[in-house]
Amino acid sequence: MGGAKRPPLTRFGSWLGVLPFFLFSGMFLIAPAIVLAYRSLESPDGTLTLDNYRALTDANVLAAYGMSIRLSLLTALVGGVFGFLLAWAVSMGGLGRSTRSGLSTFSGVAANFAGVPLAAAFVFTLGRVGVITSLFEWMGVDLYDTGFSLYSFWGLAVVYLYFQFPLMVLIILPAIDGLKQDWREAAENLGATPGQYWRRVAFPVLLPSILGTMILLFGNAFGAHATAYALTGGSIPLATLLIGQQISGDVLNNPGLGYAVAMGMVFIMALCIVIYSVLQRRSERWLG
Amino acid sequence: MTISTTPLPVGIEAEAPPIQAKASRFWAWMILIIGGLYFLVPLGATFWWSLRATEGTLGFEAYRRLFDDANFWPSFTESVINAIAAIFLSLLIIVPTAYWVTLKLPRLRPVVEFITLLPFVIPAVVLVFSLLRLYGRPPLLLTATYDSSRVLLVCAYATLSFPYMFRSVDNGLRAMDVRSLTEAAQSLGAGWPTILRRVIFPNLRVAVLSGALLTFAIVIGELTIALFLAQQTFGPYMANLTRSKVYEPSAMAIVAFAITWAAMGMIALISRSRKRR
Repeated sequence: MGGAKRPPLTRFGSWLGVLPFFLFSGMFLIAPAIVLAYRSLESPDGTLTLDNYRALTDANVLAAYGMSIRLSLLTALVGGVFGFLLAWAVSMGGLGRSTRSGLSTFSGVAANFAGVPLAAAFVFTLGRVGVITSLFEWMGVDLYDTGFSLYSFWGLAVVYLYFQFPLMVLIILPAIDGLKQDWREAAENLGATPGQYWRRVAFPVLLPSILGTMILLFGNAFGAHATAYALTGGSIPLATLLIGQQISGDVLNNPGLGYAVAMGMVFIMALCIVIYSVLQRRSERWLG
Repeated sequence: MTISTTPLPVGIEAEAPPIQAKASRFWAWMILIIGGLYFLVPLGATFWWSLRATEGTLGFEAYRRLFDDANFWPSFTESVINAIAAIFLSLLIIVPTAYWVTLKLPRLRPVVEFITLLPFVIPAVVLVFSLLRLYGRPPLLLTATYDSSRVLLVCAYATLSFPYMFRSVDNGLRAMDVRSLTEAAQSLGAGWPTILRRVIFPNLRVAVLSGALLTFAIVIGELTIALFLAQQTFGPYMANLTRSKVYEPSAMAIVAFAITWAAMGMIALISRSRKRR
């Protein structure tokens, strides 16, 4: 490794440094995405068509999308509101520094504790013989008689929240920290109560960040597959589970429709990320 | 980023009217307790189950059975190797790219940032769906054997790590003076490979570590991609276990939680010791 010859810094030379990145992501991210887009526009005999997108109104597809969207909306809203309250509690509620760092470490763990282990943990908690289910039984209430099931929409929502609101805490905590002490002091000097300061100053400044992160949570739930798969095995209709089933066999009886369903998901996810980054940029103007 | 971490003045809380401060502290505790219960009850319930494998007594029988399971260690080791391979692959690609973009091609930054965000836009199940459609048939057949599918899996994991890896490496590069370091190394006669290997990499070690640990935490129990590439890794193993056994899955969930906790705890320690410096 003498490095005796210094490579000439031509334009070509500097592009060479980023070539592996573009080659690799071309092969494993961009080419697959292009294949997806192209095939979604292809008819069985190889001509270009929009039929696959028209077929998205198929009852199975609509049911899966509808369930995915409702689940994501619900968990984004509840997770967002509760995550914000938690972040507020540790950063403004005067609970001390150790609670705060404890919560952010725990949120980091919980936000990444998805998939099979999470599903298993909830089976032992709220499944038919779970600890909480048994506790209710002991008190004379059969949870599963009341219509609740871990393997249904509401059960899945409870499980998803386990990684949803920690993600909210992780993203919104730095934003709350970014609120300038000067604003609070200025508001107090003008005679504002803490409530007024929150309603009139802090909350409006934080709002784009809160909304943006909730949209991110929506995407986070919408794209989740492993947790739902591990919990239900595919017995409830979700867009991700539908695509999984389409991989194993042509459950939609139309290969082209599978591509369109996948493209629809990419479109929704892209929309989430774009709105998130626009709102985040807006809030960065205020929060340092 | 490194500036403006002025410590909060201490007396602020005391200046607020005492009754209101007390009320807000009450609500803060209430929220924290509800959140804490929601966090801890499933873990507690799972732990409780994991101790009950022997009839009548509490013990670690479920863990013993889990670790004795013929498929536990093979699938776990395979996932660890996959994770490490993906992390190194990702580093090999991201570090030079981030370095070059910082130093020579700043105009390319938005493009690189966009591409590293793609794994957020393409859900894992959609990614594996399109990878299978692209590489699952000739002329680009990569799923013919177990090992070639495994290569595909590691490559997919490397792309999954791009968002985290690029961000941590980029932050690390911002924290040092890339240009001066490069020029100093060049004036001493170092070529590009030497500069990257001897100057840039060592200075990025800490920044890279948090990206690597996060990747590890995400990839170690990954289910979706491994499942559809028919890989016998830890994720599919765990999914099978939950279907076939009664007590072992609880021990497995606790072990998986401990792994995630260890990775995240190390990240927190690293960032804390960095701030102190």
